[in-house]
Amino acid sequence: MTQSIQDYLAQFEDIPGTRVFTAARARRGYWLNQFAMSLMKPENRDRWKADERAYLEDWPLSPEQKDAVLARDYNRCLDLGGNIYFLAKVFSTDGLSFLQAVSTMTGMSVEDYQAMMLAGGRSPDGVRSIREGI
Amino acid sequence: MMARITAGIGSSHIPLLGVASDFDKTGEDYWRDCFAGYDWTKRWMAQQRPDVVILVYNDHASAFDMRFIPTFAIGCGERFRPADEGWGPRAVPDVIGHPDLAWHIAQCLVLDEFDMTIINEMDVDHGLTVPLSMMFGKPDAWPCRIIPLAVNVVTYPPPTGNRCWLLGEAIARAVESFPEDINVQIWGTGGMSHQLQGPRAGLINKAWDNRFLDDLSADPQRLRRIPHIEYLRETGSEGIEMVMWLIMRGALGPRVRQLHRHYHVPASNTAVGHIVLEKLT
Ligand SMILES: [Fe+2]
Repeated sequence: MTQSIQDYLAQFEDIPGTRVFTAARARRGYWLNQFAMSLMKPENRDRWKADERAYLEDWPLSPEQKDAVLARDYNRCLDLGGNIYFLAKVFSTDGLSFLQAVSTMTGMSVEDYQAMMLAGGRSPDGVRSIREGI
Repeated sequence: MMARITAGIGSSHIPLLGVASDFDKTGEDYWRDCFAGYDWTKRWMAQQRPDVVILVYNDHASAFDMRFIPTFAIGCGERFRPADEGWGPRAVPDVIGHPDLAWHIAQCLVLDEFDMTIINEMDVDHGLTVPLSMMFGKPDAWPCRIIPLAVNVVTYPPPTGNRCWLLGEAIARAVESFPEDINVQIWGTGGMSHQLQGPRAGLINKAWDNRFLDDLSADPQRLRRIPHIEYLRETGSEGIEMVMWLIMRGALGPRVRQLHRHYHVPASNTAVGHIVLEKLT
């Protein structure tokens, strides 16, 4: 290995607007992600839709994680260890597409976000590195 | 006669491409150009008629949840069904495996010091079934056997690009020692630039993506050395899927010829990339 794991992980903190799904996040978000995964089953989706808060009582999520899920605050879910492919089970159950759900994390309206994508997407210029501002 | 790898394919595997195919939307304005770039490949594939495709992809919280995170896993089962990803399984044919070749590869890889996870039963998600739709359209049955090869690119660290390349080389050695006269292709899927999370979501990097496509034939040694941080900075948090293309490229050996190439932005949040590479001997 040419690079220490500490150096490897430290670089990830320098990317603007991005939470890399590291082991630390995977550990913190374990039950958040496993809860989300449970929504793959139709019978669980029905129970979840009937009473979201009651459904969460069966899962050992932190109060912050529960609030973030109930509020559909996906940036907060990412901060608390959620992974987007798992969180996708929540927004799919809500009937949202990836594009619709992803746009909620950007501070843009769905329409503006979609227009940005049609125009070629977000440029990497200026959002590669916090430290270097490039 | 031994088995031989004849060609490699790279392709995005965006779930919405599967939706467009399944619901016959490919003629709509949004999709026409994106799908047109695969027409050449569908015709070429009908002539090539591979016996087996080794399909490198990643699972997106469908067959694997957080309980197990295999870095490299090979599907050795007889049959794999399309996964229910939360809205019912795709209405596409079951994937028929090739257990003889898959087990042969798995055993060779372990002796070659790649300690594979072996999967006998699993469902396969859009990462595997979308490329099949893009290359074969909508047949009643997929026209070849398929060996799923799943890579962890979700939980960090995923394998390095160089490790993926070396795995590709080892797969090629394994295939070439399988005593049957069969035509094998290897596909690497995922990417290209995209970010599905956080305030930076929607990132697309056409220049970087196209250099990557160029260098699959022009300078593949450069691609082996791209560190994870470069994928993250330049191609978005989900652009890391492109390391899977390097398994394909490593399996083709030193010399390839680009037969076809396509690049289109956007499909949903993502840049669509596609390439067909012929292995030269
Ligand atoms: Fe993917």
